[in-house]
Amino acid sequence: MSVERTSPFSTALVTAGAWGLAILWILPLAYAIWTAFHPAIYAARLDLLAPWTLENFSRAWNAAPFARYFLNTFMLVSLILVCQFVICTMAAYAFVCFPFRGSNLLFMAVLLQLMIMPEVLLVENYRTLSRLGLLDTILGMGLPYLASAFGIFLFRQTFKSVPKELEEAARLEGAGPIQVLLRVFIPVAKPTYIAYGLVTVSYHWNNFLWPLIVTNSVETRPITVGLQVFSTVEQGVDWSLVTAATILSVAPLLLAFLLFQRQFVQSFLRAGIR
Amino acid sequence: MRAGRLAGSRNALTSALLLLPAAVLLWVFTYQPIVTTVIDSFFSTARGRRPSVFIGSTHYETMVADPVFWKALVNNAIYAFTTIPISMALALAMALFVSGKLRGRGIVRMAYFTPTVLPMVAVANIWLFFYTPDYGLVDQLLRHFGGGGANWLGSKETALGALIVITIWKEAGFFMIFYLAALQQISPTLMEAAALEGASPWQRFRRVTLPLLMPTTLFVSINAVIGAFRLVDHVIAMTRGGPDNATVLLLFYVYQVGFGYWDTGYAAALTVVLLAMLALIALFQFGYADKRVHYR
Repeated sequence: MSVERTSPFSTALVTAGAWGLAILWILPLAYAIWTAFHPAIYAARLDLLAPWTLENFSRAWNAAPFARYFLNTFMLVSLILVCQFVICTMAAYAFVCFPFRGSNLLFMAVLLQLMIMPEVLLVENYRTLSRLGLLDTILGMGLPYLASAFGIFLFRQTFKSVPKELEEAARLEGAGPIQVLLRVFIPVAKPTYIAYGLVTVSYHWNNFLWPLIVTNSVETRPITVGLQVFSTVEQGVDWSLVTAATILSVAPLLLAFLLFQRQFVQSFLRAGIR
Repeated sequence: MRAGRLAGSRNALTSALLLLPAAVLLWVFTYQPIVTTVIDSFFSTARGRRPSVFIGSTHYETMVADPVFWKALVNNAIYAFTTIPISMALALAMALFVSGKLRGRGIVRMAYFTPTVLPMVAVANIWLFFYTPDYGLVDQLLRHFGGGGANWLGSKETALGALIVITIWKEAGFFMIFYLAALQQISPTLMEAAALEGASPWQRFRRVTLPLLMPTTLFVSINAVIGAFRLVDHVIAMTRGGPDNATVLLLFYVYQVGFGYWDTGYAAALTVVLLAMLALIALFQFGYADKRVHYR
């Protein structure tokens, strides 16, 4: 006796709603891509028979040092990723395995950074960076983000789930604290590292405000700031060119997302659930 | 005695070493700037030969009399209270769509989620083009329905709404993920039990699904509120706060005062207000929300 009464009509309605929303959601990006691949005269009118071209991309690529911008973003994101992994792992390991009086209180204090991200304090952080002589450097751009409360929180949660027996077995075999961390905790937390890595890469690949303030030259500007500098000059003049530059700058992350869609979604899920 | 104490505090020593890099960085870029922001807000901005001097609450008095500050506050409130409920409702609908049986579920889910991986600056550039009067996509579509011709970003009445639309477009897919995760955790037995009791699909949603999604809703909304105060990339890329301050948000105003007018003292006072907002949200989360929704 099945109680489930889903009529064909309501199923069709749900399907139509889901697909209608999906089309609405993908339309802006699809149209931007379409514009980027067609000659400038078609930017203003949609003509499905318009000829395809790569000319906008080559013009955009030659109009601004996008290769350098990509390199800068790549260096920034790598720096942040590696340092966050190391620094947050160390901190999380301390909170889980070497608790001391007040360590819980300290952990609560760390969580404050979840609310108050470094870019909210941009005026003071700019001043600090200028005192350190790190303005307009990739290190300076990454520095405020190297210790992430979110990372510490996430790794702590994962490390807490590691069975005590595993840890003690390793100790009995004579492993020191560092070996226990490397041989027991980090392997168990591998999915968390992947999840956190994807989230942090997308965050910093896309980050804009802080890099905008800190950078001042082609040698340091990440792709987001480079794109903005480029399109401020071109705005309203040549939409095909601006759209091509935009698509160009999002292409690496977008392609990575489309190829590893499942992992992306799973990672955001894992990182989002506490 | 000293040796004994050292042995007893070995945990603390190891901990201290492990925590040192994180502690130093968090201190330098989060805690110390909070303290100095508050202090700086009571001092004048140093200009040329004139050093910064204590001026008491002058910046705060300026702020109360500053129409742009109030405009930023009101705009931020409108922005938060429209983008958040709408994108969350859409997110829930999206999650329900792709969690059930649906043809082409993977493609639909991808369509919802894709805007999330784009940087806000790129989104802003794409939509600048769409909002162009007459030949942008929005006007081209509206022309079919007899509308169009509006300068969406150029007029006071529509500019903030235009930013709200793109924020919803970008964020809804992200929030969907959290609802999707929560929906997967709801046990099918519960649903079957409700169905056996004769509950209609709507009643099941209203009485079973929605209450079980409450923790997710709170978690997402708190993050969304923080986001509404933190993300101003599109304001910088699209409107620079204009026209006539119609799209000024609080953090954008801090940026403008701090790096456009270089009035760091006043920018500090504005930041204090921003910090106070975020502190209120934090208090709400730790005090109220955590108690009310954690029933497990």
